[in-house]
Amino acid sequence: MTTRALVEIKDLNFSYDERPILKGINMTMPRGKVIAIMGGSGCGKTTLLRLIGGTVTPSSGYVKVDNQIVHELGRNKLFSLRRKMSMLFQFGALFTDLSVFDNIAFQMREHTDLPESVIRDLVFMKLHAVGLRGAHNLMPAELSGGMARRVALARSIALDPMLVMYDEPFAGLDPISLSVIGNLIRRLTEALGMTSILVTHDVHESLKIVDYVYFISEGVIAAEGTPSEVRESVSPFVHQFIHSEVDGPVPFHYPAEKYATDLNLENRFA
Amino acid sequence: MQRATMDLWVGLFVIAGIGALLILALKVGNLGTYSEEKSYTLVGSFENIGGLKIRAPVKSAGVVVGRVMDIQFSTKTFDAAVTMNIDDRYQFPKDTFASILTSGLLGEQYVGLAAGGDEGMLKSGDKIMKTNSALVLEDMIGQFLFDKASEDDGDDSSKF
Amino acid sequence: MPRRIVISIRGVGHRVIDSVWRLGYAARFFSLILLKSGTSIRRFGLIIRELYFTGVLTMIIILVSGLFVGMVLGLQGYETLQKYGAETAVGTLVALSLVRELGPVVAALLFASRAGSAITAEIGLMKATEQLEAMGMMAVDPIARVVAPRFWAGVISMPLLAAMFSAMGIFGGYLVAVVLIGVDEGSFWSQMQSAVDFRFDIVNGIIKTCVFGVAITAIAVFEGYDAQPTAEGVSGATTRTVVTSALVILGLDFVLTSFMFRGVG
Repeated sequence: MTTRALVEIKDLNFSYDERPILKGINMTMPRGKVIAIMGGSGCGKTTLLRLIGGTVTPSSGYVKVDNQIVHELGRNKLFSLRRKMSMLFQFGALFTDLSVFDNIAFQMREHTDLPESVIRDLVFMKLHAVGLRGAHNLMPAELSGGMARRVALARSIALDPMLVMYDEPFAGLDPISLSVIGNLIRRLTEALGMTSILVTHDVHESLKIVDYVYFISEGVIAAEGTPSEVRESVSPFVHQFIHSEVDGPVPFHYPAEKYATDLNLENRFA
Repeated sequence: MQRATMDLWVGLFVIAGIGALLILALKVGNLGTYSEEKSYTLVGSFENIGGLKIRAPVKSAGVVVGRVMDIQFSTKTFDAAVTMNIDDRYQFPKDTFASILTSGLLGEQYVGLAAGGDEGMLKSGDKIMKTNSALVLEDMIGQFLFDKASEDDGDDSSKF
Repeated sequence: MPRRIVISIRGVGHRVIDSVWRLGYAARFFSLILLKSGTSIRRFGLIIRELYFTGVLTMIIILVSGLFVGMVLGLQGYETLQKYGAETAVGTLVALSLVRELGPVVAALLFASRAGSAITAEIGLMKATEQLEAMGMMAVDPIARVVAPRFWAGVISMPLLAAMFSAMGIFGGYLVAVVLIGVDEGSFWSQMQSAVDFRFDIVNGIIKTCVFGVAITAIAVFEGYDAQPTAEGVSGATTRTVVTSALVILGLDFVLTSFMFRGVG
């Protein structure tokens, strides 16, 4: 099992400025699967992606990608590893001064010596896969949110990576685009034989397309399982999350003084 | 922005910049008349150089023939040794007079060379024998008062 | 009371240490730029593209400002000089003021305001929209690809722009003094040429300009890269670029002038 896993996270601890964000995380992500990491806002999901990508280093424990411990890699080795990984940022992070075509061709031009004719074909193929071949001349500023996300998706598969990480791919999209993106993520993962890690809090869309789910709450894994296991989970946190309940383990009220004290009720009628 | 247009503008920009530099160097500065041409050295000793500075011009008949290169105080003769670079085109006879003059009323000081009649010419490193120091205001006033006093003395010598 | 004093002293100390730390960080960043300039030099197209945005687009404001500064110098200079009957020296006045001081300093200030702030904003926005991080994740070093070309473009543009400023200024002085007022054209140019020494005045001016160029661009690029990835962060960084550049320019100008023009007149 361990040799088949693409990403292995063991006893991971991460703190930012003395504040612990992730505590004792253990995860295994097998190859060729779509895995979701869910949780409330600010629970450390994005940090987890950054740890896998090597942008930040853990306080203790390790992250192994393709059997290499990420934070122990030297500069060059890290860069080689990154060429086999991709990240889809929350709002696309397209290069605003390059056209759609150039955005996708960017990695090909930087890392390969392919002639322009080959690059052209590859870019069109990637764009075709996401349905935006006709938009190749547009600038990122001219794209709608959904289109920008799709272009970013095409860009992330430009060099046929073995791992793609998606940071909130469903955030802020209209229902049609939501469905399109979800669909694309599933299809591309299977077609290219790669592994996808989704960080999201969109329960509905992600449960449709993922193979395994991890729930993170307060820096630890609150629950994990396949979509059907998760839907039937009795864990209160998971239950509140899946069924979008207003109050539960994640409270409605931000910690505050007693209501009576704030309204000065004790002294008012004294 | 098409690459070709951008390249064109950048090229024009660099040309304009270098052009401006050349204009400054040639038309505004003295690079055009800057003599990196051959020159030879002459030295002159002056009792007082007044306000003469390095890079001051050396003129003869009002025409710039060289520049002052160095001014040093000589502890042997206790006067100022002025080293001048003179353009090779201009040769001066051995009895040339070197004076420190002022251009205009408030102008900068320069070295004026007045040629003598000697047939032998000064060579590089030669010393100009005849020099006139700069006019120093205090000395002039002192001299004036002294002269004035001598005049009066001549008239009153019989009084005492 | 003493407690409050202790707190404020601690605050001052904290801020000083922060500034020193930041200065060290900036210095390390600067050396990183120099180390990673290989890509920019091998792919010169990157620098050319930045030269367009930094140099060409700043040209207009430089030329116009230069013209006006020169014209004002000519006007003011003439007013004062003609009281002493020395109005033919107005050419010298305009040329020396521009070449030694105003050209390098004013052009540098304008460059910092227009090009420097633009560079900071651009890099800051790229940071705020995660473009720099995306580039890093694609195994392309953002310092080599984004920062270094802009740095070298700024360093190359600055001397050229300052020269254009001075040249336009002298032309402006010429317009006012000779064409408008009627000062003798021959004396105007000949007095100027005899007073402006190439090695001493012009070259020193160019050296100043190069130093300013390096300083301004380094500040602009650093502030952009170090900006907080928010709207306020980027706007704060842009302001800091202009203010810090202005102070550094004027400070460096004093230091350089005292070295270069020691013992003149």
